[in-house]
Amino acid sequence: MNSASSDLVIDARGLVKNFGHTQVLKGLDLQVMRGEVHAFLGPNGAGKTTTLRLLLGLLRSDGGSMSVLGLDPWSQAADLHRRLAYVPGDVALWPGLSGGEVIDLLGRLHGGIDPARRTELLERFELDPTKKARTYSKGNRQKVALVAALATDAELYLLDEPTAGLDPLMEAQFKECVEQLRDDGRSVLLSSHILSEAEVLSDRVSIIRDGSVVETGTLAQLRHLTRTTMSATVARPPEGVETLTGVYEAKLDGDRFTAQVDAHGVAPLLAALSSAGATALVSHPPTLEELFLSHYSETGGAP
Amino acid sequence: MTGTWPLVRLALRRDRVLLPAWIIGLSLMVASSVAATRDLYPTQESLTSAAETINATAALVALYGKVYDPTSLGAISLIKLTAFGAAIVGIVFIFIVIRHTRAEEESGRLELVGAGAVGRAAPLTAALIVSMGASLALGVLAALGIGAAGLAWSGAFAFGVSWALAGIVFSAIAAVAAQVMTSARAAIGVGVAAVGAAYALRAVGDLGAADPGWLSWLSPVGWSQQIRPFAGDRWSIALIPIVATAVLVPIAYSLRARRDLGSGLVPERAGPAQGAIGGVMGLAWRLQRGLFIAWALGSALMGMVLGSVAHTIAGLLNSPQMAAFFEALGGSQGLTTMFLAAEIGILGSLVGAYAIAAASRLRSEETAGHVELLVSTPASRLRWATSHLVFACVGSAIIILITGTAIGIAHGLAIGDVGGQVPRLFAASAGQIPAALVIAGIVMLLFGVAPRLVVGAWGLLVAFIVVGEFGSLWQLPQWVLDLSPFAHSPRLPGGDVEPGQLALLTGIAAVLLAVGLATWRRRDLRP
Repeated sequence: MNSASSDLVIDARGLVKNFGHTQVLKGLDLQVMRGEVHAFLGPNGAGKTTTLRLLLGLLRSDGGSMSVLGLDPWSQAADLHRRLAYVPGDVALWPGLSGGEVIDLLGRLHGGIDPARRTELLERFELDPTKKARTYSKGNRQKVALVAALATDAELYLLDEPTAGLDPLMEAQFKECVEQLRDDGRSVLLSSHILSEAEVLSDRVSIIRDGSVVETGTLAQLRHLTRTTMSATVARPPEGVETLTGVYEAKLDGDRFTAQVDAHGVAPLLAALSSAGATALVSHPPTLEELFLSHYSETGGAP
Repeated sequence: MTGTWPLVRLALRRDRVLLPAWIIGLSLMVASSVAATRDLYPTQESLTSAAETINATAALVALYGKVYDPTSLGAISLIKLTAFGAAIVGIVFIFIVIRHTRAEEESGRLELVGAGAVGRAAPLTAALIVSMGASLALGVLAALGIGAAGLAWSGAFAFGVSWALAGIVFSAIAAVAAQVMTSARAAIGVGVAAVGAAYALRAVGDLGAADPGWLSWLSPVGWSQQIRPFAGDRWSIALIPIVATAVLVPIAYSLRARRDLGSGLVPERAGPAQGAIGGVMGLAWRLQRGLFIAWALGSALMGMVLGSVAHTIAGLLNSPQMAAFFEALGGSQGLTTMFLAAEIGILGSLVGAYAIAAASRLRSEETAGHVELLVSTPASRLRWATSHLVFACVGSAIIILITGTAIGIAHGLAIGDVGGQVPRLFAASAGQIPAALVIAGIVMLLFGVAPRLVVGAWGLLVAFIVVGEFGSLWQLPQWVLDLSPFAHSPRLPGGDVEPGQLALLTGIAAVLLAVGLATWRRRDLRP
């Protein structure tokens, strides 16, 4: 790999994947930089899992190019897998094996795991390793795969909806683990449709929709494109807000006023609200939920 | 019971190919056997003497049972399908019941269904309706086939009833097994073991002095046999399996009522907190050892039983013409040698079933999603596939050699020549190995090229065995007979070894395995 792209742990360009006549990925671009936590966001069926499986060399691409840690995932799968850890979205374990046996097996295949780290993770996730996989709940199966992956010393962690089955306490533990990985300089690609999770964890975000990435950037960059929501309790109807540029969907419900504002509409709206005798003002930046919705509603009709 | 009918419809939809294929296939087998046997014995004398030969030969009685009316064409033409057929029917319906009960429960799909407007007992009821209904359909079709082939309708329906009841009783046994065991694999294992035990009980019972011995009356396969189609048509015997079903089905329901969804009667034990599985090979051993050990023990037992009766075959032939006839068939070799060669051939073909079961683990690991977890580690696809193929190939070879050794020990003990017979029969059984490798190769090729069709290997194996057993009786052209790898195995002991044929089989197996592995390396994971 040349030096210019050596700070990219994942560099996928124009990825295409067909299943029969269905095109699941339609020219997907994805770049993940070394040392960042990158969230890969999209609704169910957008192609997140397919992308991860391509990046792992489990599926073969029908077009485009990709390199993961400077290697070709299809032809250099075993070398690549030595340097990454993966948690599948739907964790299936051998029903007759105990959780501890699965963790140790996967660890050995990776060349051994640190026993202290293993113990720490088991305690952190409150996982009983003696139970047979058959008796684990979905969340516990996920914990087994998470412990196995996090106990592995890898450069890159591919996590497919890792918190889907975890309760909020465990989710918090998971976040700490990811932060620890980032502090250690590891790279993480984390797919999710849970936006608050990505919001807390990620340095950069790629939003996938219908087989291609529609937006990539830091949260600040993406928020720049969208509007702040402001709501206020007012003494009388604010005047002239409908004509202000950069103010959208202004609504008055009794004494409660809400509107969405572009960056340049904030100052004029504040002035209008203050002259309307605002007694309480709440403003919040767009959540990823709203980012997401704006993306899907704009081009919602497209196939 | 709410929701039973939608579940019955779901089961029929899922089995819309499988079930008709089994019912029609088995019925056709019956009809064509009857039609072909008629031409085999043109005179009453030839018929009677053939029947008496069977009855006088302990090994054949153990394998097929007695011809209860040596003058009856129906009785002799169905001899291979009465006990043996009832056992096959039993295995088919055990698979069907488990498939719709414990397998669904284990996969979690039943949870989805169970949350709907479905009573707790509905899935069990639906499975029993489907499998018992199919048993009756099989009985009727088999009877129609025999009748259409020109035999008496009363005997035809007696035979149909004997098969239908075998299906029904083993469905009930499977229903109980599905409640007791937590995994579908274990439940099928218990069910198939029950069929094996039933078959063995009646084998010993039929050899007894009484007609039959009391052990036969403990066996569901024995019950089907004792209806004696075309040899008395004893309808009253049908009451025994009906009563047994009436006892077993309520047991299954009460067990179901006492347990939670997904659990069995045997509580789940805790496993080790630290794993000792060293890699993909260790994992394959863990996943394959149950199957391998069961087959190794079963083959050893089967070999001992057959080996210990082999020497009786010659002495029991009281008719000099028959002895001369067999002598002519066997060339210069003795009858015992011929019998041993036939048994080694049959057991060798049966090991094909082990080869398929072991190699099919590749596909079930893929559909279960376990492979995704493994091949995303540094373990390569090739290493993983090889770990299971070792069992399919080396495992089959070991099982075949165990069978040969067991036959050698038992036969050697019986004739006082252990030192001579063990190496002789060990070597003879080794001739069966290449054909088993071809079967494993077929599974690997399917897994690489068309993974969804892996299950079709079972159909091929059944076709190979049926063509081998009945092909010449049906006067199929030679090239059809030659399609079966088992047709190219040497008939040992006694026959000639054709190194060319063995090399050809081994070569074909190697090509199938290599192409299968190469395509598997280059294809998408298809869970």
